[in-house]
Amino acid sequence: MSAVGRVGAVPGKATRTIILAIAAVLFILPIGAMLLFTFRVSGSPGEFTFAHYAAIFDPSQELTYDQLFQGIDNSLVICAITVAIVLLILLPTIVLVELRYPKARRVVEFVCLLPITVPTVVLVVGFVPVYQVVAGVFGSVPWTLAFAIGIIVLPYAYRPIQANIAALDVVVLSEAARSLGAGWLSVLGRVILPNLRRGILSACFLTIAVVLGEYTIASFLSQTTFQTALLLLQQTDSYVAAIFAVFALVFAFVLLLVIGRVGSFTRSKRTAR
Amino acid sequence: MTVTTHADSDEKAAAVLGSPDLTGPLTIKGTAVELVGIVKTYGSHRALQGVSLDIHPGEFVALLGPSGCGKTTMLRTLSGLDGIDAGNILIDGNDVARVPVNRRDIGMVFQSYSLFPHLTATQNVEFGLRMRKVDARKRVARATEALELVGLDGYGERYAHELSGGQQQRVALARALVTRPRVLLLDEPLSALDAKVRVQLREQIGRIQRDLGITTVFVTHDQEEALAVADRVAVMNAGVIEQIGTPEELYLQPASPFVADFVGLSNRLPGVVDGDEVVVYDRRLPMLRDGAAGEVTAMIRPEDIEFDDSADAAGTPDTLPAVVVASSFLGSMRRTTVRLADGTLASVQHDVRDRPVPDAAVRLRFKGRPVVVRSR
Repeated sequence: MSAVGRVGAVPGKATRTIILAIAAVLFILPIGAMLLFTFRVSGSPGEFTFAHYAAIFDPSQELTYDQLFQGIDNSLVICAITVAIVLLILLPTIVLVELRYPKARRVVEFVCLLPITVPTVVLVVGFVPVYQVVAGVFGSVPWTLAFAIGIIVLPYAYRPIQANIAALDVVVLSEAARSLGAGWLSVLGRVILPNLRRGILSACFLTIAVVLGEYTIASFLSQTTFQTALLLLQQTDSYVAAIFAVFALVFAFVLLLVIGRVGSFTRSKRTAR
Repeated sequence: MTVTTHADSDEKAAAVLGSPDLTGPLTIKGTAVELVGIVKTYGSHRALQGVSLDIHPGEFVALLGPSGCGKTTMLRTLSGLDGIDAGNILIDGNDVARVPVNRRDIGMVFQSYSLFPHLTATQNVEFGLRMRKVDARKRVARATEALELVGLDGYGERYAHELSGGQQQRVALARALVTRPRVLLLDEPLSALDAKVRVQLREQIGRIQRDLGITTVFVTHDQEEALAVADRVAVMNAGVIEQIGTPEELYLQPASPFVADFVGLSNRLPGVVDGDEVVVYDRRLPMLRDGAAGEVTAMIRPEDIEFDDSADAAGTPDTLPAVVVASSFLGSMRRTTVRLADGTLASVQHDVRDRPVPDAAVRLRFKGRPVVVRSR
């Protein structure tokens, strides 16, 4: 290895393997333990069974897990609404600011990153009185949580879209498209959005991951979501709670993989001739 | 990079225009463009102060000037990317000042690389045709021909990041031309390229422009570029056109000291106006324009001064003593900076075979060509 390589930031192959191994153990060990736990027979260590998995689909136990499935339903609805908020409010705002009001970029960035600096518990204190009003308008229904979570996800949704925009010269691209005869809709649909695909998808997946992992707001506002139901269930049937926790982790992991694939797919598609 | 020969590209241009399925409403013909009293204000800054410009059908006009002179603003108002506060923009006699950019039927090439990154070169070129609802088969055929026109046949499947800067700008040119626009607008399309590619591409642009006969406006801050390709050059300064004329007119008969200064190099030497002549260091030189009086600055081209190489050390009576400061070899000629007796620096352009050494005493002679003067 060259002298530059030795003083440079890139570690050697052995070092990399060790780092990767430690990281893998740190992640795999608890998840593996959890998975193992889901197969255990209550009260008799060393024995394994599929009974806990079967119980989920057992109609006679439907009532036990009813709340969990309700929570999953609610969470999925909240996911959809939050993603819609990101796509229909945040995305147009970012694009509009970039094209028309570049001076407002700093303000938008500040506002979008602000939620990450405020602990959720603190936010919730503010949300409680607000939600008294919200409940008055829409009723105390779970999907209204999407409004609060829409704020929590702002930093996660803003960064990938903004990073994608920063890598493009959106102004010149849209001017070029306009000079070629495109109206604003075509500029948006045929030039800007296709080039922001990666950022938009990342933003959506991160949003979904955040929504599925959200506990504090739902708990404080007394709504049943996946996480709150999971916590309740853990007190009655910790095995099934662990099964769903592992599922949730695997789902989040798959989402992250997909984000990665989306990026490399765009790249490989371009390099392949 | 492929360098197409002149004859080669002539053929290609003829092929594009001559194909039977390409004639019709979109065939390029020179269109007259007239800008009348254009005023454009950004906040309190008046970027264009009532500019008028008359461009003949098929003409190649360059807008030349320092940054902030309003040349890009002028191009943007002509394209419709920027609105105007007052004035008229006539394309083919119709006022288009209120027509949005996507309906003005112009082609534009930008300074920065503007190819759509998610599309191949061919798809980029097709974009304008797609917007005009040209059917798919014709689109591909015309895009292919446009790429041939700019010498990029075979590059159609590549994405922007697989092309060099010069190739990207050529695709952008093909993309701008494929719709057969009435006017082609070039906004410093070469400034991001390196020197050699810049010269090649500007020659190619000039050739294609002549072959197609498309009315073209080219914005640049590089005087060499403007003088090399344009039929006429409009020199802009502080939101007005200082002078418009052929490259020769601008160089030999600059209408203002600014033009004399901006187009080509000029020495600024102190002089006094006497009748229709100016006296510079006791030598009388003819003036290009009347109007100035008293003490003036005379703008004298480096090639209008020569070394007096007569053997007599004292010099002939009409020569000026000077001391060589520095001399640089510029390939086909040499430019030497000298210090005159009163400390003024002057630049002299001369044959490369003369090699003045620093600190050498030399004698200068004015060739007596007409000069522009500026009041002091």
